[in-house]
Amino acid sequence: MKIAVLIKQVPGSESPLPLNSTQTWVDEPQVTYTMNPPDNYALEEALLIKENVGDGEVVAVSLGPERVKKVIREGLAKGADRGIYLEENSQIETDPLSIARSFASVLQDENFDLILTGLQSDDAGMGQTGVLIGELLGLSTATLAVQTNIQDEQIRVKRELESGWFQWVKLPLPASISIQSGLNTPRYPSLKGIMGAKKKEIRVIPASEHQTAEKTQTIKKVFVPQTTKKTEVIEGNADTAAARILEILKSDVKVL
Amino acid sequence: MDILVVLEDNHGSLHRMSREAIAGAQQLGESITALAIGQHASLLADKLSGVDLAEVLTVSHELVSSYNADGYAEVVRQIIEAESPQLIIAGHTYQTRDYMPRVSAKCDIPFIPDVISAEDGSYVKLVLNSKLNATVSASSDTVILSFQSAAYSDEDLVPGSCASRPFEVNLDTAMVRSETEEPFQEDAGDVDLESAELIISIGRGIEKEENIPMVFDLANALGAEISASRPVVDSGWMESFRQVGSSGQTVAPKLYFSLGISGAIQHVVGMKGSKNILSINKDPDAPIFEISDYAVVGDLLEIIPKLIEALQTEKNS
Ligand SMILES: Cc1cc2nc3c(=O)[nH]c(=O)nc-3n(C[C@H](O)[C@H](O)[C@H](O)COP(=O)(O)OP(=O)(O)OC[C@H]3O[C@@H](n4cnc5c(N)ncnc54)[C@H](O)[C@@H]3O)c2cc1C
Ligand SMILES: Nc1ncnc2c1ncn2[C@@H]1O[C@H](COP(=O)(O)O)[C@@H](O)[C@H]1O
Repeated sequence: MKIAVLIKQVPGSESPLPLNSTQTWVDEPQVTYTMNPPDNYALEEALLIKENVGDGEVVAVSLGPERVKKVIREGLAKGADRGIYLEENSQIETDPLSIARSFASVLQDENFDLILTGLQSDDAGMGQTGVLIGELLGLSTATLAVQTNIQDEQIRVKRELESGWFQWVKLPLPASISIQSGLNTPRYPSLKGIMGAKKKEIRVIPASEHQTAEKTQTIKKVFVPQTTKKTEVIEGNADTAAARILEILKSDVKVL
Repeated sequence: MDILVVLEDNHGSLHRMSREAIAGAQQLGESITALAIGQHASLLADKLSGVDLAEVLTVSHELVSSYNADGYAEVVRQIIEAESPQLIIAGHTYQTRDYMPRVSAKCDIPFIPDVISAEDGSYVKLVLNSKLNATVSASSDTVILSFQSAAYSDEDLVPGSCASRPFEVNLDTAMVRSETEEPFQEDAGDVDLESAELIISIGRGIEKEENIPMVFDLANALGAEISASRPVVDSGWMESFRQVGSSGQTVAPKLYFSLGISGAIQHVVGMKGSKNILSINKDPDAPIFEISDYAVVGDLLEIIPKLIEALQTEKNS
């Protein structure tokens, strides 16, 4: 089983997010980055599938500026066999169709049985890259996977629907599946894994070799959402806060 | 402008977000065609008989009698080809996430998802887990949009009339490679979050599983139910039936007391109907504060013990 896992590097959930001077994205140097959380689950799922099937290869793939090699190495340290890095030199790329075309052009020749992505990136939040790649490569696709089962040349996927509903889908391989968080328990890299990762190959694809598509959508401006709701802001030490909360519960909202 | 709105069959009724999508479309253009696919197509078309639309297209074909991504993507592609709409709109539902990117790739039309407002070729979408908004524009004349829940209100639907027209599609079995089974629900658990007056909800800000008993102490002292955000459930610290949000429960208590929840849209859609919202978060810019009545900026791990203490002092006096 030959599996590609697409791993994106995104701002961590506790990172500051100041805007850049042109207000077209966050100011990258001030941001702390991490592996996109659902991609971490996708990576774990790929490693588990490979272990279950008993043979094959897991390839960690990422596109972005130089810094994103870090998440590829993290993937290698956890057990991916090799990496592919698609160079991207301009400002953060957010056009999913051209990103998907880049990925598709690079992944095509490798004939993967399975391409796993996270269901959504925590930064651009397009929620579509894996499905686009699947369609571009003529693969079957499924999204929001919360369980997977390989059966010969097919994969059975339990999909999450809204409000606590689920559904099973059976797809022929090769397939591109987007993974929902929570379907497994992602491992931590072992010391041996971290040492071993240094020897694993990361193939670098220069931007000129994969960026052929025209951009179809562009972020013109980012801004902090405004609200009209009246909110009482409570600051101060823990004692003051606790006292005010108690008062709110008793007198304002009257739930005590 | 010609707009196509793709409707969603929600277990036999029209998905709430499809109605919102039509309301949004009515603000963006004059000639709006709705598309209903599958075994309930005419039922869905009937539900729109009092709404101002150019027409409703109905597609009935055995290969799309119930939802599957292969079939739906191909149907929508054929309709785009035949009708050449400039905007294709749907609610930003899980089903839309599943097949609409396929339409985008098939037709080479950009898909801008998660849109909260739209005007004149510029679309505002959520980014960075709802912490920021982005204005997006497309380079093509034709664009696919999905509207986030409550971006538009179905109360603003313009009344009127519309006729329905069956649309013949060409589908063969080779186009539908996947086998999709019937949807099902899982064990709902034995907590009743829907009728709870007071809910304390735990987010990733709780930091460690060891910190959770403290919240149960607080809930006991207050007579509250406990719920959680997705990462807390994903970590296995809380049962999945306690999850609030688009994948989990929708709640509307008298008070929703959130602890260390950032306020991503997928959580917010499950609790924004609460009568009062009180939130503790150490980040003054957390999006949850935008919808909160009371915003406590601070460390929940310091405040909760103090609150339990204060409750006890109160009881003893
Ligand atoms: C298709 C889809 C479906 C989803 N369904 C759901 C769903 O049903 N329910 C759901 O909840 N999510 C859902 N999500 C995930 C959602 O997008 C968010 O990732 C999630 O809600 C974030 O949870 P959180 O706020 O607990 O964690 P985080 O975003 O990590 O936020 C933690 C917060 O805690 C604060 N904090 C940290 N430490 C402290 C402290 N000591 N004191 C006070 N505050 C602190 C931080 O400032 C931060 O704001 C879904 C996502 C997708 C894409
Ligand atoms: N630049 C990228 N590098 C690696 N993976 C990516 C990249 N962009 C998108 N992906 C993958 O596609 C998924 C969905 O991303 P998105 O469509 O942006 O929400 C992510 O969870 C990743 O698995």
